[in-house]
Amino acid sequence: MTPVLLWTDALVFLLVACGIASGIYISRREYLLASWHRVGESRAGMASLTLLVAFVVVGLIDSLHYRPRLEAASGQPGGYSGEVRSLLDVLLQPLRDGTEKTYSAPLAAHLYARETVELPDGSQARVFPRLKHGGAHLADVEAEWGRDVTLRTLRGAALAVLAGLTFVALAVLFAARRWGTGWQAAWRRIRRGETRFAWHAALAALGMLLLLAGPALSLAGGYHVLGTDKVGQDVLYLTLKSIRTGLVIGTLTTLVMLPFAVALGLVAGYVGGWVDDLIQYLYTTLNSIPGVLLIAAAVLMVQVAIDMHPDWFATAAQRADARLLALCLILGVTSWTGLCRLLRAETLKLRELEYVQAAQAFGASAARILGRHILPNVMHIVLISVVMDFSGLVLAEAVLSYIGIGVDPSTISFGTMINTARLELAREPVVWWSLLAAFVFMFVLVLAANLFADAVRDAFDPRLAGSRRSLPGKMA
Amino acid sequence: MSLLRVESLQMFLDSAAGPVRAVDDVSFEIEPGGTFALIGESGCGKSMTALSLMRLLPDVGRVRGGRVLLNGRDLLALTEAQMREVRGGEMAMIFQEPATSLNPVLSVGRQIGEVLARHGALRGAAAARRARELLDAVGIPDARRRLEEYPFQFSGGMRQRVMIAMALAGDPALLIADEPTTALDVTIQAQVLELLGALQRERGMGMLLITHDLGIARQLASRVGVMYAGELVEVASRIDFFAAPKHPYSIKLFAALPRPERRESVLETIAGSVPSLTTMFSGCRFAPRCPRVWSRCREEIPAWHGAETGYAVRCHLYDAVDAQLAGGGPAAQAPTEESASSLQAVEAAPLLEVDDLKVHFPIRQGVFRRAVGQVRAVDGVSLGLTSGRTLALVGESGCGKTTVGKAILQLLKPTGGSVRFRGEELTALPAARLRRLRGEMQIVFQDPYASLDPRMRIGDIIEEGLSALGQGGTPPAKARRTAELIERVGLSATMLGRYPHEFSGGQRQRIAIARALAVAPRLLVCDEPTSALDVSVQAQILNLLKELQGALGLAYLFITHNIAVVEYLAHEVAVMYLGRIVERGAVEEILREPKHPYTEALLSAVPRLDADGRREAIVLKGDMPSPSQPPAGCHFHPRCPRAMPQCAAAYPAETRLGDTHRVRCFLYE
Repeated sequence: MTPVLLWTDALVFLLVACGIASGIYISRREYLLASWHRVGESRAGMASLTLLVAFVVVGLIDSLHYRPRLEAASGQPGGYSGEVRSLLDVLLQPLRDGTEKTYSAPLAAHLYARETVELPDGSQARVFPRLKHGGAHLADVEAEWGRDVTLRTLRGAALAVLAGLTFVALAVLFAARRWGTGWQAAWRRIRRGETRFAWHAALAALGMLLLLAGPALSLAGGYHVLGTDKVGQDVLYLTLKSIRTGLVIGTLTTLVMLPFAVALGLVAGYVGGWVDDLIQYLYTTLNSIPGVLLIAAAVLMVQVAIDMHPDWFATAAQRADARLLALCLILGVTSWTGLCRLLRAETLKLRELEYVQAAQAFGASAARILGRHILPNVMHIVLISVVMDFSGLVLAEAVLSYIGIGVDPSTISFGTMINTARLELAREPVVWWSLLAAFVFMFVLVLAANLFADAVRDAFDPRLAGSRRSLPGKMA
Repeated sequence: MSLLRVESLQMFLDSAAGPVRAVDDVSFEIEPGGTFALIGESGCGKSMTALSLMRLLPDVGRVRGGRVLLNGRDLLALTEAQMREVRGGEMAMIFQEPATSLNPVLSVGRQIGEVLARHGALRGAAAARRARELLDAVGIPDARRRLEEYPFQFSGGMRQRVMIAMALAGDPALLIADEPTTALDVTIQAQVLELLGALQRERGMGMLLITHDLGIARQLASRVGVMYAGELVEVASRIDFFAAPKHPYSIKLFAALPRPERRESVLETIAGSVPSLTTMFSGCRFAPRCPRVWSRCREEIPAWHGAETGYAVRCHLYDAVDAQLAGGGPAAQAPTEESASSLQAVEAAPLLEVDDLKVHFPIRQGVFRRAVGQVRAVDGVSLGLTSGRTLALVGESGCGKTTVGKAILQLLKPTGGSVRFRGEELTALPAARLRRLRGEMQIVFQDPYASLDPRMRIGDIIEEGLSALGQGGTPPAKARRTAELIERVGLSATMLGRYPHEFSGGQRQRIAIARALAVAPRLLVCDEPTSALDVSVQAQILNLLKELQGALGLAYLFITHNIAVVEYLAHEVAVMYLGRIVERGAVEEILREPKHPYTEALLSAVPRLDADGRREAIVLKGDMPSPSQPPAGCHFHPRCPRAMPQCAAAYPAETRLGDTHRVRCFLYE
């Protein structure tokens, strides 16, 4: 096999590298570290971080792409398959391969649609046929299904408990070594929430996650846990694959948008005059064109360019990826106006404050004032709007996919899932699981990101730092 | 029977750290027609006492005990519906900030009408007539037209008058005035204080006056109560109290006031800070800061002494049993004689020369933002300052004094005139040369809360000038210098890692001074550096400034409206009115023998503490005109009690009265 580095993969890993680098930078600076310690004290923050880490891990595994080697005929040089797979695909091989004919409900053993089958006696009947994979191991569905599902659930739960206990034990041992106490004492402190780092919240969130993942994993061996979609693909597999698309759109778009919004907003607010007029003119104009129209035009142009030059891309996956990246860029270029306007207004306010004038009295340059005084003081707005935008962007992707200008149809995303759910909901009987699965995953992802951003913002606001530590909860 | 009787009122605020004893065992009485002044520094529970009386407490506040009897009726036992009848009816309140206590989208007439409808059942024509009477009563001319106007069309002093009219609308028996003039200028303050006094005499109203200004209490009050850390420590009649305060805290408050006779000495300060009100006190609350503390103060909560004589003090020193120990009551300590001012080595060459400085702001209107007029914020100001001297620039808000300071530092581009600093013309200096000179002139701002970046650590804030100007050498050298500076201003080097919000107002102002000093300036522009601070903290900052001037030979351009500070600190004074300096000279000349009618009015409007030198307050008519349309001729003539026909014709030229004293007024030409 040969590894493939897609554009978005490269950017995602660049982002991870930036994250690690800033982690090292922070760990060498006492006062920044203190703020992150305060993040660690936040229970909601740590619980949501645990969930976020789970999402990110899935996303990262899904970002390791390769092309498998083709079985070469003897004597000929072996080629590589045109299909790009990720590490996640390998891990989820059974789910990926276990496609059915069409819809089937979660944990079902039968299809969700009737088919005409020929009975042994030669007559024909319309029945719900058995699935090829889901529940295929059951001889008598009626009699064995309930027992089998319960058994598998329990087995999965037991595994989850075992894994959970391992994690708890690791945490306790780590904490005991750190504090230099016995493990009993460490366990007691963690259990009662008397620690500075919110161990109990993180462990509880991890436990919940394992209790859901364990049985799901165990059931996935024999069933489609979240059912299958119209072409019989496993919905659990689809949702897991969607996580990467969601994260990529949410983070990369923000990455594209931030420089525009921050730089232009601060400069417009601080410098004023004709610069301000120009930037205001720019974003007012951009804002008055319907965003969808602008995006549609840009996406279609990119699409035409891609279609005209099939030689640019070796594989379909690379083409789909280029389109995803283009979507991120376009969304980023069109969505900076809101934040820019907010930052301009805030900068106008901050510019008049006396500490900025004090800096001017030192002859500090405009760049220095913007970087040292104004940017840190608008960071909370940036952080909040980035997280708000994250959910908005994931949803925008769904809307754009709906009018056919979103991600490539071959890219699995929450947007495409929700888009297809439109027809499924209009169907009789209703197919609800696709939508529900996409909804729950997206909801948890966005909620966790929101809560974590809240915790970070609070911890970095020096004015809140003192009051939070003295909450009565810590004394109990 | 007394009008208001408060008996052991106790009010706690719930907080994360436990209950805050904001008002603890406070008792006092107000006779009909009497004024009780509650005095104290910020955070001592004055306003919370007033809000408890009105039952307008914040959500976390709970009245824990005590009684509030208004005309014999216990207000704390009333239902909320009955209480609404009392508020605005029997008892009305005016607040500190007239700008935010009126609803900006309702006309003044509507807002007064609301009170009339609620408490007087007056509507329609009757209400309109009554509202007119009320505006007349509070001295707002042209009441019929002004009733239709909105709050933004009124000036600050006029808004406070409207607030007073609204408070009077329910014909209250008791008026609570919470710092009614703190947000106003001295001349306007004089108007409002006179109005309050006159209204009270006319109506026989009782008044609870809350103030931090001893001068105002002296002018208006009949009885005085001093609050400290949530409790009353001293209650006395005005005359007795101002003749000789008894509680060590009150004595300290008086001693901390800057006065001309203290010029050569260090001001008294109160060590430490107000204790956290969440603690359970087992002794006197003032004990940790008291200069006359003894063992009993820490062990036993002092009881009231001398209540029967009408002069009650909560202090062990006045316990009859221990009278001998106290030695017949504490006398104010003699101020330390160590002179902090240095008048030696006064350089002859002026450090700063300002000549005919002008700063005009264009008023732009229309689509093309064309300039349709000019706000002449500063219009021809000339000053001079030498090293080691202090020039006080005095004037009311809006007269352009802050603009002068900023234009001298080239933070604002002057429209005209020249600013010469050590012989170099700053207005024509290229940016790079100016940047090098920046280190030599620095500024300290008024608001210690807005002048420090909340997201930077103290160390970084102080170091900022050094790094911006590329001074201070290597990082370790800079760190050493920072530590040195913070200790220079009386804080500890261990505080360098903290953030500004962890400091009190006075400490923040010290940090701001340290930041300015970091680059070793020769000129420090102090823009009202103490006006946001309490008296005792103000004394600390003034002492520090004086000490620094002595040690480093700094020149101060001290911008202020506080005459007492000028008397204490300044060598020369310049009085500004509407963008121009109307009078300047040495401090004794200006303060002893003011020549310009505006200076006279300004000085007389300051509420004085010393009974003897009680000048008749000259109350000026009206407000300061807008600098965009200054009156023709002398800007002051529409308000001047001694205006002559020629005043309206031309602006008077400068007249020299002696070596240093100059005035611009036709009376002396």
